[in-house]
Amino acid sequence: MTMTTMPTTTTDAAAAEAAAADRLRRRYARRYVARRIGVYVAAAAAAFVCAAPFLWSMITAFKQNRDLYNPANSPFLFNRPATSDHVTYLFDRTAFVTFAWNTLWVGTLVVAITLLLGLPAAYALARLERPWAGWFGVAIFLVYLVPPTLLFLSMSRVVVELGLQDSTWSLVVVYPTITIPVSVWLLIGFLKTVPRDIEEQAMVDGYSRLSAFWRAVVPLAFPGVVAVVVFAFTLTASEYIYALSFVSPTNEKVISTGVPTELIRGDVFFWQSLQAATFLVAVPIAFVFNLFLDRFIAGFTQGAVKG
Amino acid sequence: MSSVSAGADPGAVTAVEVTEAPTTGSPAAAPRKRLADREGALAWIFLMPSVAYIIVLVGVPFALAIGFAFSDVTAGDPSFDWVGLRNFRRAFDDPVFWQSLTNTVIFTGVSMVLIVLLGKVLANILIANFRGKWLVRFVVLLPWTTPVALSSIAWLWMLDSIFSPIDWVLREVGLLGEQGALLGSGSNMYWLGKPGLAMASVIAVHVWRITPLAAVIMMAGLVAIPRDMEEAAQVDGAGYWRRMVEITIPLVLPVAAVAALFGVVFTFTDFAVVDVLTRGGPNNSTQVLTSWAFFRGIEGGDIGQGAATALFIFPILLAAAIAILRAVRRMDVR
Repeated sequence: MTMTTMPTTTTDAAAAEAAAADRLRRRYARRYVARRIGVYVAAAAAAFVCAAPFLWSMITAFKQNRDLYNPANSPFLFNRPATSDHVTYLFDRTAFVTFAWNTLWVGTLVVAITLLLGLPAAYALARLERPWAGWFGVAIFLVYLVPPTLLFLSMSRVVVELGLQDSTWSLVVVYPTITIPVSVWLLIGFLKTVPRDIEEQAMVDGYSRLSAFWRAVVPLAFPGVVAVVVFAFTLTASEYIYALSFVSPTNEKVISTGVPTELIRGDVFFWQSLQAATFLVAVPIAFVFNLFLDRFIAGFTQGAVKG
Repeated sequence: MSSVSAGADPGAVTAVEVTEAPTTGSPAAAPRKRLADREGALAWIFLMPSVAYIIVLVGVPFALAIGFAFSDVTAGDPSFDWVGLRNFRRAFDDPVFWQSLTNTVIFTGVSMVLIVLLGKVLANILIANFRGKWLVRFVVLLPWTTPVALSSIAWLWMLDSIFSPIDWVLREVGLLGEQGALLGSGSNMYWLGKPGLAMASVIAVHVWRITPLAAVIMMAGLVAIPRDMEEAAQVDGAGYWRRMVEITIPLVLPVAAVAALFGVVFTFTDFAVVDVLTRGGPNNSTQVLTSWAFFRGIEGGDIGQGAATALFIFPILLAAAIAILRAVRRMDVR
């Protein structure tokens, strides 16, 4: 009943249709180009706003004093030859290297403690099928929201009781309280992505639950674990108020407190060296973090969504 | 779903169980498993170290913080004497405390709105496809991954009272430094020297610093939105705004809530930005609860007073925590 009346094509109708399609195609092409330009402009603007202080830092770090401290000079150009004196000053005459080293080993130990305690906890909450696992995971995560700024006064007392005041070790002991909760949350997400079949197969093959976890699940979740390592390290490197309250000897300080307190002496700012320190620290951390950004994002959603 | 492991596990069960397993088929009927296979016990053994660590080093200090707020502990006299509400009464009598509280709320509120809006924009940029995306993502991460104290130093130099490059640009384009110029005839803005500008500067640095994190969180949410739903709506003739209001916003809302609350928590509890940029000045106009607690508690040595001040962070955090719980539950339902 339908096939009988095939429309006997009126040619001008077809031509009009083609023209309309052509117009539509051109409109979409124009829109596409406009959108592409918009994306690039927006991306460039966002990048500029985020990077501006660091760009200014990089220029500053290599300026001579007479160039820098002349408000008539363009701040963005080298009105006098660039110098690396202030960067060498940072390395040779300040404790910057000590700060960096302290940050590094504190971060490494904290990450180790975090994984040692956090991985099993995350596994228990992700896979061991306890009825309370859901709210327990949320409860652990909420601990992350109890800020150092609320606890630093009483934590100072705890640190004194432990005999760790004025020692970098105090930070090694205290920082896992920041990193464990958030790492457990992220690790739950990563562990949920490991297919159940794999650990079940491992157990069929004779592993206990414990060794199935250690030998089958952990290696497969390894990329996620690395993302957590980077994240936890970033958190410890940024922490400020604990480090400021617990540790005052220069040699025990970490970067986040050492640079602002030792390179600013009263009203004397070692601006070039300060700025050199800023981007020397900022760039590597952001670089490594960027490598694991996608994993980090994945962990963030999977921790929140039921697996 | 886990019963497979307990019932059919020939490698790990004893001979008795092998004969039992097919008949009973119930995981509960296998009490002779090794410890490493008992999920209930294993769960507790796995959880205990983390829980113990958190109780000892978060729970105890938290209780101690509350105790300090009701005591006369000072740096010079660390003995603990109960003084009831005296610390709170002294805090309430101090106008700086009220100013700090107001400032904290203003900073947090304004930054939260800006962080969520800009975070959404930034997230949309970061999920788009374009050349050089890797570089842009790297640069966008800088504000958040850099230790707060250091990025605040970079800003301190950006906003310097004499050598600020922003002032230089304003002078060059004629907005500043000439007679009748829009922003005044002085040669500098003194970003951190005038109360209003200093507040705006602190807020700007907070927003600059936390927006990338909000964007990353929202990227996670945006990526999770099923594309077909939006395409279906588009095919059905829903316009941009209709799709925005009826599909995108409801779907983004839970994750935006999480981003907002992270923004609140980080801004509300931050100390480094204010400490490095203004140290609460000029004239306490950028003083916040955390900086006031630090100056009273650590630098002033009045630990009881500092603890009482810091404790005011808690009710807000509790509200934030409850809101996070609800947002997360909404995500779970999806």
